[in-house]
Amino acid sequence: MASELAIRLRGVVKRYGPITAVNGLDLDVPEGTCVGLLGPNGAGKSTTMRLLTAQAIADEGELEVLGYRLPGESKAARAQCGVSPQLDNLDVTLTVEQNLRVFSHLYRVGRAERGEAIERALRIANLGDRRDSKVDKLSGGMRRRLLIARALVHRPRLLLLDEPTVGLDPQVRQELWALIDLLRAEGTTILMSTHYIEEAQRLADTVLIMSHGSAVAAGPPAQLVAEHAGREVVEVYGPPEKLAEIEASSQAAGLRTRRTGTSVAVLGADGNAPAGERRPANLEDVFVLLTGEQID
Amino acid sequence: MAAVGSSTRGARLKRFERPALTGVLVREVVNFSSYWRSATFSSSVEPTFYLLAFGFGFGSLVSKVGGYDYVQFVGTGTVATAVLFSSAFPAMFGTFIKYQFQHTYDAILAAPVDTEELVTAEALWVAARAGVYGCVPLVVAMAFGLDPAWGMLTVPLIAFVAGFGWACFGVAIAGFASSIENFSYVISAVLTPLFLVAGTFFPLNRLPRWAQIAGEFNPLHHCVELVRHAAFGFVGWSDLGRVGALVLFGLVTWRVAIFAMTRKLIN
Repeated sequence: MASELAIRLRGVVKRYGPITAVNGLDLDVPEGTCVGLLGPNGAGKSTTMRLLTAQAIADEGELEVLGYRLPGESKAARAQCGVSPQLDNLDVTLTVEQNLRVFSHLYRVGRAERGEAIERALRIANLGDRRDSKVDKLSGGMRRRLLIARALVHRPRLLLLDEPTVGLDPQVRQELWALIDLLRAEGTTILMSTHYIEEAQRLADTVLIMSHGSAVAAGPPAQLVAEHAGREVVEVYGPPEKLAEIEASSQAAGLRTRRTGTSVAVLGADGNAPAGERRPANLEDVFVLLTGEQID
Repeated sequence: MAAVGSSTRGARLKRFERPALTGVLVREVVNFSSYWRSATFSSSVEPTFYLLAFGFGFGSLVSKVGGYDYVQFVGTGTVATAVLFSSAFPAMFGTFIKYQFQHTYDAILAAPVDTEELVTAEALWVAARAGVYGCVPLVVAMAFGLDPAWGMLTVPLIAFVAGFGWACFGVAIAGFASSIENFSYVISAVLTPLFLVAGTFFPLNRLPRWAQIAGEFNPLHHCVELVRHAAFGFVGWSDLGRVGALVLFGLVTWRVAIFAMTRKLIN
């Protein structure tokens, strides 16, 4: 039933001149789940995000967000969505609290609830003791947390996170993952675009892998791995000639391979695999397999 | 997280909504608290320098122009200069910076605010500032002997209406410009001539007929004349016509600004 879907896209096409950024995309985000939009740079993730707030208008297809049809009813949908953009657009000369206050107005939080909404957002961002700091004095991680908290100031039903941890240190990234996981546990519906495979694997109930503007696979991470990469993978290291040889012989034996840069990974290997290091198959194997070894 | 929106679900939001306008205005007002000193400085000191330089420099050569003391002539005229400097310029640069470098508009348009509301609120804010800063030269002129008049109470309103038009003009230019360098063309080819031939520093009625007619198409000229008449006495229908011209200027630039920014922001 459509009403149980927070986002429903059918056959969405978006062209920019000769470039087709989104090419017949179908996407379902059921309420209360976290869906990861995974794809290489240029796969159409950011355009998809902009389509969902009607900052880009689709050339073809149906778009529904929280039961509202886009672009016509987008404003009503936006009132109940929170957006954390890829590019930091905080007001840097304002304090943490002022940034939240401004957005409590933009998102129409009532006067009576405003104070509490700001306090709640400060708690989510864990920035209570930095409330009076100017944004340009914050670290990159703090700014990201504030961006997410700013998107939550009006208790949205749907949260759109565009590359929430791009460009951050691993420690800071983990801290943000904990925050997103907490929101997920509270039942917030989340659509998150990312090109970090680990991020999608850890946070998303369902992952949709995008390539060249359309979905090439969708499902829970574990299921995608089992379906496309099998249980185990054998990685063979060696000089380039040896790698090419392994690749050829494995493919001749009907096995799928992918390059990892330093090795050849042989997928779905059982008894017929070449000698090498065995490891469990992972989402990265699926990702490279489905989106290609070279990014163009 | 609790859903607050379920009760409003299905309610379609209207085209122009007060909360959307207030949201954008609140953002501007809060931001203004961090840069009001520099904005106030440049918007009020610059026209004051024009007033002093022309009023006393040129005023030592000519004592009366158009029947008025030259200092008073220029003092009332530079109100329009102050309006231009505090509306067209901040609107051009501010809009471009917020769009291109700070990505502020991406954040605002992701909220329940449409481009039309965004542009309108931004222009209203700049116009309100122009309404205040426009009065500065008048106050300075009073310090140099301009007599107060009741009509002067309309000056903030005149400055606001003219400021709205110039703000929308600036937003539209920022919407059409592909880079901030493009502004040089507009400043040199459009704003400077309009600023010089507005009747601020010399009356237009001694110019050739074609120049006088051209002057009637200069919104700054109408602003200059209205302010001058506010200080020295309105002249009935012709001033009403000037008000009409300023309102028309505002309406046209407003729609053009919305068109330009929609093209830029929604794609």
